[in-house]
Amino acid sequence: MKLKTMLMMGAAASLAAPMATAQDMANTVTFVSWGGAYQASQINAYTIPYRDANPDVTIVWDESSPEAVARMRAMFEADNVTWDLVDVVAADAIRLCDEGLAMEIDHDAILAAGDDGTPATEDFGDLIVSDCFIPQIVYSTTNGYRTDVAAWEGRVPEDVCALFDTEAFPGTRTLERRPINNLEWALLCDGVAMEDIYDTLETEDGINRAFAMLDTIKDDTLWWTSAAEAIQFMADGEAVMGSSYNGRLFSAIVEQDQPIEMLWDAQVFDLDGWIIPEGLPEDRLSRVEDFLFFATDTQRLADQAAYISYGPARISSAPLVGTHAELGVEMAPHMPTNPANSERVIVFNYLWWADYRDDLDARFQAWLSR
Amino acid sequence: MSDATAGNLSQAAAEARREDAAQTGPMLAADGRPLKRSLNRALRAQKLRALALIAPLLIFLLVTFVAPILDMLFRSVENQIVSETLPRTVIALDGWDATDLPDDATYAALAHDFKEAAERRIHTRLGSRLNYEATGLSSIFRRSGRGIDGVGEPYADQFAALDPAWEEPATWIALMADPDWISEQADWLEAAQDTPEPAFRLVPGIADVLPETTDAYRSFARTIQTTGRTPESPLTKEPWATVYLALYRDLSGATGADIGAYSGPGATRLQTAADAVAGFETIPLRDAFAEVADGWVQMPVWTTIQTFSDPYTAGYFLAAVDLQLTPQGIEQVEDNQRIYLTLFKRTMVLSLTIMGLCVILGYPIAYLLSNLPMRTSNMLLILVLLPFWTSLLVRTSAWKVLLQQQGVINDLLVWIGLVGDDARLTMINNQTGTVVAMTHILLPFMILPLYSVMKTIPPSYVRAAKSLGATNWTAFWRVYFPQSVPGIGAGCILVFILSIGYYITPEIVGGRTGIFISNRIAFHISDSLNWGLAAALGSILLALVLVLYWLYDKIVGIDNVKLG
Amino acid sequence: MDHRLPPYATTGQRVWFYAFRVICGLIFFFLMAPILVVIPLSFNAQNFFTFTPGMLAFDPDAYSLRHYRDFFTNPDWQQALSNSLKIAPVATLLSVSLGTLAAIGLSQSHVPFKGAIMAVMISPMIVPLIISAAGMYFFYSRVGLQGTYWGVVLAHAALGIPFVIITVTATMVGFDKSLTRAAASLGANPVTTFFRVQMPLILPGVISGGLFAFITSFDEVVVVIFVGSAGQQTLPWQMFTGLREQISPTILAVATILVVVSIALLTVVEVLRRRSERLRGMSPG
Repeated sequence: MKLKTMLMMGAAASLAAPMATAQDMANTVTFVSWGGAYQASQINAYTIPYRDANPDVTIVWDESSPEAVARMRAMFEADNVTWDLVDVVAADAIRLCDEGLAMEIDHDAILAAGDDGTPATEDFGDLIVSDCFIPQIVYSTTNGYRTDVAAWEGRVPEDVCALFDTEAFPGTRTLERRPINNLEWALLCDGVAMEDIYDTLETEDGINRAFAMLDTIKDDTLWWTSAAEAIQFMADGEAVMGSSYNGRLFSAIVEQDQPIEMLWDAQVFDLDGWIIPEGLPEDRLSRVEDFLFFATDTQRLADQAAYISYGPARISSAPLVGTHAELGVEMAPHMPTNPANSERVIVFNYLWWADYRDDLDARFQAWLSR
Repeated sequence: MSDATAGNLSQAAAEARREDAAQTGPMLAADGRPLKRSLNRALRAQKLRALALIAPLLIFLLVTFVAPILDMLFRSVENQIVSETLPRTVIALDGWDATDLPDDATYAALAHDFKEAAERRIHTRLGSRLNYEATGLSSIFRRSGRGIDGVGEPYADQFAALDPAWEEPATWIALMADPDWISEQADWLEAAQDTPEPAFRLVPGIADVLPETTDAYRSFARTIQTTGRTPESPLTKEPWATVYLALYRDLSGATGADIGAYSGPGATRLQTAADAVAGFETIPLRDAFAEVADGWVQMPVWTTIQTFSDPYTAGYFLAAVDLQLTPQGIEQVEDNQRIYLTLFKRTMVLSLTIMGLCVILGYPIAYLLSNLPMRTSNMLLILVLLPFWTSLLVRTSAWKVLLQQQGVINDLLVWIGLVGDDARLTMINNQTGTVVAMTHILLPFMILPLYSVMKTIPPSYVRAAKSLGATNWTAFWRVYFPQSVPGIGAGCILVFILSIGYYITPEIVGGRTGIFISNRIAFHISDSLNWGLAAALGSILLALVLVLYWLYDKIVGIDNVKLG
Repeated sequence: MDHRLPPYATTGQRVWFYAFRVICGLIFFFLMAPILVVIPLSFNAQNFFTFTPGMLAFDPDAYSLRHYRDFFTNPDWQQALSNSLKIAPVATLLSVSLGTLAAIGLSQSHVPFKGAIMAVMISPMIVPLIISAAGMYFFYSRVGLQGTYWGVVLAHAALGIPFVIITVTATMVGFDKSLTRAAASLGANPVTTFFRVQMPLILPGVISGGLFAFITSFDEVVVVIFVGSAGQQTLPWQMFTGLREQISPTILAVATILVVVSIALLTVVEVLRRRSERLRGMSPG
C-alpha cells in the first residue's frame, strides 16, 4: 500500500515535470512474476545484486503472471497500467505483443552483448520468438511418476506413452487443464511421427484422433491449472504420474526428497521471459531498461540456474552453469537441455499454437466438461 | 417519527378531514396554518429525514456494488468491437445478400480496415472475438495481420515503376495535406516538440477527386501519428501499400472519382497515372486475399462479420445456452462444443442434491433443538453455530484432509479393513467431494430457519391430535409437519441460492466433474478472456438468483432474515 | 416427541426415542467432526495430514508446535495476516457507520420505496460472490481501483453492509419510541438523544453487525482474488492458494487459530444478543 502510494506519487511527479530527461529513473517499480521458487530464483540472481548496485531502488513484486494477459487487458482498458516489467511464457508474450499491450523492443539496443561479444540477437538466437519478448529461461513441461506404486509390480515408465498405458501403469494421472502438450502427446502415442504432429492437428480427423486418445484416460486424470498442483497431487499420492514443469519436479525430487522420478521422454521445450508493457512513462521505462540490461546479461542468466533447474536462454550462459546454491548438486544434469534428457523433444510450435489456440481451447474445454 | 405518532397524526388528519366536510373552511393548526398542510409538511420532513439517513449508504452501494453489476450486464451485450475495428467493411456488407462472395469494393474496404487494425494491433482481438462465433476466424485474422501488405504491394510497385515520385512522402503530402496543416506542422517542428505533432488534415475538395485514396491516406496518416512509442509523421513516411490499392481503384474508375476536376499540385502526374492504370497487371482482390488466408474466399468469415456487425449482440447470451446466431437464424452449436446447458443442469442438480441432504440432515436437528428445554437446546445450538461461524476455507481444508486418498477417512477404512490399501476410495476431486463439503457448509443455513419456525409451533396441537387417537406418526405427519413447511421452504431457498453461486469449494474439491457454473465464469474472466460470455453466464445466474430471492421475500420476507 | 420419555412408553416408542437421539448425535458429529479433526492434526510433528501412530498412542513426541511456529515466522503468512488485519477493520468501520445510519433511517415510519431500498441493501448478501467479483473486477479496473488497497476495502465494505442492516434493524424493531420522545420532552436535542438514549439500546446490534461485517471481510476470498492484487493477499487467499498448490500442515495451524477466533466472536455475539433482548425487555432465548 505504502509502496503503491509512493509509486503513484512518483508517476504523478513525472507527469508534472515534462522537463525530466531520460536520465531520470523511477526508483519504485513493480515487477510481475510467478511467485514460489521461480520468483525466489529471480530475486536471488537478479534483484538482490541489482539493488546492491542501486540501493535507492524499491522493487514491488506482484505474483500475477498466471493471469497476466487478463490483467493487462483490464489495465489497458482502464488506461491505468501499474506494472513495469512482466514475466510471462512465450505464448502469452506473443499474444500480448499481437494485441499491442507489450512494447516492441530492439533487442540489440537495450540488451547487453554476450560475454564473448556476440550481439544479443545472436546470443539469444531463435528464442526471440516475438519482437516484444526478452527470453530468460528454457524450461520444459515433462512428466514425473511415483516410484512406490505397488500395482505396477516393478515396471518403470520408460516413455511418455506410459501415460496412456493404464494396463501396465494403473492409477490416476494428472495433466494440465488445457490442450497444449496433451494433444501432442496423445498423437505421438497414437503413432503419429514427431514431425507430423502439427500437420495432423490441422485436420479434423487429427483432432478427433487426439481427443479419442485422451478419452482413454479422461476418467483417470486429475486436471491441474497450476504446475504446483500437479506436484501436490503426486506427492499426496492422489496421482501416480503426470506432467509438470521440470523445475517443479526437480524441486520435489531433489530438494524435498519425494519418491518421484523424472520422465524426460518427449518433454516439451518452452520459454519464459520478460515483456515491457506498452506506453510506460519515460522514467519508469528507463529504470526498467537499466534493470533489463543488467539482469539479462550472460552471468546473471547463468546465476539463476543455481537456484532453479531451468536452462539460461543465452547460448553464452551455458558454460557458466554451476552447482545448486544450497544443495551443491551439479545443475547441468537436471537441465532440460542436457543431451541425456533431450533425446526426444517436442519443439513447441508457437506460431501454430497462436493461430489455433482459440479453437482448440474451446474444443478442449467442452470435451473436458462432458 | 414513531408508529404511534404517525398513527395519531393520521387519525388527527382523518378527523380534520371530517370536520372539513362538516364545517366549511380549513381547520387551523396552532401557528395559524391550515392543519392539513402542516401535517403534510411534517410528513414530508419525516420522509426527507429518513432518506437523508439512508442516502449515504445507498449512494455508496450504488457506486461500489450496483454499478459494477450493471456494468457487467452491459458487457454481455456489448459488441462495438466489430464496427470499430472494421468500420468500412461493416458498411460495405450492409446490403450484401450473402448468396455469393462480396464484391471488389467490399474486399477493398476490408483491405483498408485490416491494414489500419493491424497497425494499431487490434486485429487479433477481433479475431478472438469472432472466433467465439465461428471457429477458425482467429487464425484467419492472425495470418491476415502478417500478410495484408501483400494485397496492396503489386499496386505500390507498379505506381513506383511508372513514376518513382509516387514513393516519395512529399508527393503525397502535396496531393493530400491541407496547406494550413503543413504550416502548422512546420511551426511545430521548429518549436520544442513537447506536444504531439498536429493531427493530419486533408486539403478541402480532394475527397471528391480521389474518394477512396483520400480515406485510405487519412487513415494512414492519423494511424502512424498516434501509434507506437515513437509516432511517425506522414511527412517522412511512404504510404501503406493499401493506399496505392485505393489510388488504383480511384484512377481506374471503380469509385466514381473525378480526376478531370483536379488542378492542384501534381495534376499532370495524376493524369499520367490515370492513363496508365488500364495497363497495370492486376488480379481480382478476392484472389489476392485468398493468398493472404484462404478463409477470405469462403462464406463463413463474411457471414459472421455481417451477422455480428451490430454494436449490440445477443451472441453471448445465445452462447451461454449452447446456441449460436447464424445467417440462417438461431441454431444449436455443434455437439462437441455444447457445454453450458450441461453445466447449468449440473449446477442445478448438485444444488438440489445438497439442498435435499440439508433438509434430511437439518430437520431432525431442528426438531430436536426446538423440543428440548431451552438450556439444553442453547448448548446444542452452539454445535450448529460454530461451524456456521468458522471460516469457509477452514471447513474446505478440513474436508480435503478428511477425504483425500491418503486422508483420515481412507486411513480409517484401511485400518478397520473395510477397503484394501490399494483400493482406497476416491471421494475428492469429483462430485462426491463437492456434495459432501457443501452439504456440511450449508447445513447451518437450513437448521437455523427451520429451528426458528419450529420454535413457534405450539406442542399442544400434537398433544391434541394424540389425545384424539392419532398415532405418533399421524400426529407428526398430519399436524406437526405441515406447520414446519414454511421453515423448510425458507431453508431450501436459502441453501439453494447460496449453493448455485458457489465457487471456492467446488474449485478446491470438485475436480473435473464437480465444478459449478461459477467456476466456468471465473475461467472465462481470467483464463480464456471471453469476458462477454462470462458476463452473459453471470447475468443468467444472477437472474436465477433474483427470482429465488423474490420467492424468498414472498415466503419469508427479507426483513425476517435472522443471523444466529 | 417430547424431550423426556414418558414412563408409559411402548417398546417401539423407546426404540424410536433412542434411535432418534443416535441419529441426531451422528448429524452433530458430521457438523463438528471436520473442525475437530483439524485441531489435533495441526499439532502433528510430521508433515502429514493424517494421524500418525505416535499421535494415536498419545506420544508427546508426536505432537509439536512446529506448524504454528511456521505460521508466525513465515513472511508469506505474516504478510497475509497483516493484510487481512489492515483490510477487515477499515471495511468494517465503513459498513458499520453507513449501515447504522441507514438502519435508523429505515426504521422511521414513513420511508418511501422502503421495499426497493431494502432489496438493494440486502443484495450484496444474495448476489453470488462470483458475480459481484466479476462486476467489481471490470468496473474497478475502469476507475483505477482494481489491485489497490482501497478497492478491496470498498468491495468488502459493500459485502458487509447487509449484515449490519439486518442486525441493527432487528434491534430497532423492539425499540420503544416513547423513550426518545421522553428525552426530547426533557430538553435533549436530537444528537444528545441519539447518543444518550438510542445508541446504548441499539449498540449490541451495531456491535454484532460489525462482527458479522468483520468476519465477512476476514473470511472473504472470491472478491479479493479478483479485486485485489498480490499486494493485498489476505489470509483466506493465502489459504486458497495453499490448498491448491502447496498444502502444508501450516494451513491446519491457521485453521485452528481461525476456529479459536470464531469461537471468541461467536461468544461475543451471543452475549450481546442476550443483553440486547434483556435491555429491550424481551425474554432471553
